[in-house]
Amino acid sequence: MSAQTLYEKLWQSHVVHTESDGTTLLYIDRHLLHEVTSPQAFEGLRLAGRKPWRLSTNLAVADHNVPTTGRAQGIVDPISRLQVETLDNNCASFGITEFKMGDARQGIVHVIGPEQGATLPGMTVVCGDSHTSTHGAFGALAHGIGTSEVEHVLATQCLLQKKSRTLLVRVEGSLGKGATAKDIALAVIGKIGTAGGNGSAIEFGGSAIRALSMEGRMTLCNMAIEAGARAGMVAVDDTTINYIKGRPFAPKGDLWDKAVANWHTLVSDEGADFDAVVEIDAAAIKPSVTWGTSPEMVVTVDGKVPDPAQESDPVKRSGMERALVYMGLQANTPITQIAVDKVFIGSCTNSRIEDLRGAAKIAKGKHKAANVMQVLVVPGSGLVKRQAEAEGLDKIFIEAGFEWRDPGCSMCLAMNADRLEPGERCASTSNRNFEGRQGPGGRTHLVSPEMAAAAAIAGHFMDIRDWL
Amino acid sequence: MEKFTRLDGVVAPLDRANVDTDAIIPKQFLKSIKRSGFGPNLFDEWRYLDHGEPGQDCSNRPLNQDFVLNQPRYKGAQVLLARENFGCGSSREHAPWALLDYGFLAVIAPSFADIFFNNCFKNGILPIVVDAEEIDRLFKETVATEGYRLTVDLEQQMVSTPDGHGISFSVDPFRKYCLLNGLDDIGLTLQNADKIKVYEERRKAEAPWLFV
Repeated sequence: MSAQTLYEKLWQSHVVHTESDGTTLLYIDRHLLHEVTSPQAFEGLRLAGRKPWRLSTNLAVADHNVPTTGRAQGIVDPISRLQVETLDNNCASFGITEFKMGDARQGIVHVIGPEQGATLPGMTVVCGDSHTSTHGAFGALAHGIGTSEVEHVLATQCLLQKKSRTLLVRVEGSLGKGATAKDIALAVIGKIGTAGGNGSAIEFGGSAIRALSMEGRMTLCNMAIEAGARAGMVAVDDTTINYIKGRPFAPKGDLWDKAVANWHTLVSDEGADFDAVVEIDAAAIKPSVTWGTSPEMVVTVDGKVPDPAQESDPVKRSGMERALVYMGLQANTPITQIAVDKVFIGSCTNSRIEDLRGAAKIAKGKHKAANVMQVLVVPGSGLVKRQAEAEGLDKIFIEAGFEWRDPGCSMCLAMNADRLEPGERCASTSNRNFEGRQGPGGRTHLVSPEMAAAAAIAGHFMDIRDWL
Repeated sequence: MEKFTRLDGVVAPLDRANVDTDAIIPKQFLKSIKRSGFGPNLFDEWRYLDHGEPGQDCSNRPLNQDFVLNQPRYKGAQVLLARENFGCGSSREHAPWALLDYGFLAVIAPSFADIFFNNCFKNGILPIVVDAEEIDRLFKETVATEGYRLTVDLEQQMVSTPDGHGISFSVDPFRKYCLLNGLDDIGLTLQNADKIKVYEERRKAEAPWLFV
């Protein structure tokens, strides 16, 4: 057999049926659900008198609408409350496992899947959420789907798919000082653009990727969608297997040994052909900050806000001009001179324990600057929260004047009460700096947890390499 | 799902790249548990001068007269002309629901984000990829001619301008078949239920840890 990419192996092992035009019925092993993109799918099932095909593959959690403070009072906003209650009722009536708001295992869907061992190598993983690409960190084929497809997966355990092109992003060498997985993600998007991965499944490879922890790999794969790729993935190695061992949904005993033997084959074969390859030098990656309203509008922290006058493409130039107006920035302003009003540390990109440790290391013994009105630290799950508290990270944050919250999506997309006011500027560890994303009129700069914590302390963006 | 066969509609030009799904339908409207009623909030933050909330009556809200869809000449538009990477960002199907509810049945752009592109077909909207040069021409003609219309013929896979210029486009045969016939994917897939069961039996032997 010819050399195969990891994507081809994952694809091939899930083909149920292929039509003459290549449209393929692909089997789905894990379906994660949350409250925002599932109600219409359950309603569709009900109207058609259909039942879930295979109940045990589904796992649900409410994350987008949940409050991150004062949980004892429940959800105050009646519309948010109805959406969460609708999920509770749908899961109860169809018999789907759900981690409810009071459960310590509740959290952001892309944090809890891996945390529970519900995401395993070799699986197809889907969820009605674009950041499902996160799960590809485990050598899984994982991508976001729309609500019609949520219903389709519930009813048939399959999706109709066309094979993607393959793109290898190879990052070789050791990361520059102060650079993190988030900065790799921003560097990749800066290089290939937010449409660069359209129609492709990205495999991240190279020595810098193999050196990343599972949490770093999740951060990177999480943002594959911001490069336009539905799926991002990393080959399985010992780091993957060690992370999974002993987790509640992971196989045990003989099955574990069988699974591990299989998982070791989940790598791209030597000499496998990719449709495209992008090379990135890890040593050249520096802590990065987005300046505009698209994740590709990114510069390194020692850089300046770019000048649209230097851009020759008229559509790009007008996009840059519009972004500068929205962001309230002048061309050529040094990044470190940009002051922030709020800081958000959290989201499915950066809310895991290593992210919180990274932020705490910067914040330890310091206090937020007077001009910074609010710093939210929102752990990705109840279990991450518990672990952080066991390590005393909560105390470091509280002493620094940060707020220590309950888990959820929070100010990544501001569907709950956590949001920016018009004109407020935020250093955020989330994944999207779109207009209005963190609240109408809010201005988002995407950064790593370390860079976010540093901005909170300094009151403006800081080159953390000066502090390390 | 409604069938899509042939469309002759007014064109509205949205001249910006990377229009994301947060812009198409802002997050506060995703709290709805219904599929309908998103049209008045399509492009909410660009379209109105005030902040919109779900359940609000939009008929008296102050309009942003600079926003293209608020110009009377584009009233009733059914074809949206857009730029590169239209529909990037989240997987929210509320984006095509909002476009459809507003009245758009086709979107023409040089490229689309994958999930959005997929979601359109599930809702009877035809996303059409046309090369950048043709897009430039269509933008120019749309802006220059009040009441500019395009004809979209899915069977022939052809967009035609008023002066008879034809632009052919490609579409997956399977998706075309579903759109032309207004077919529900789930019903079609369940015709293969036996194949799904056969796959499950085989897979259970190969990878039993996936079936505990």
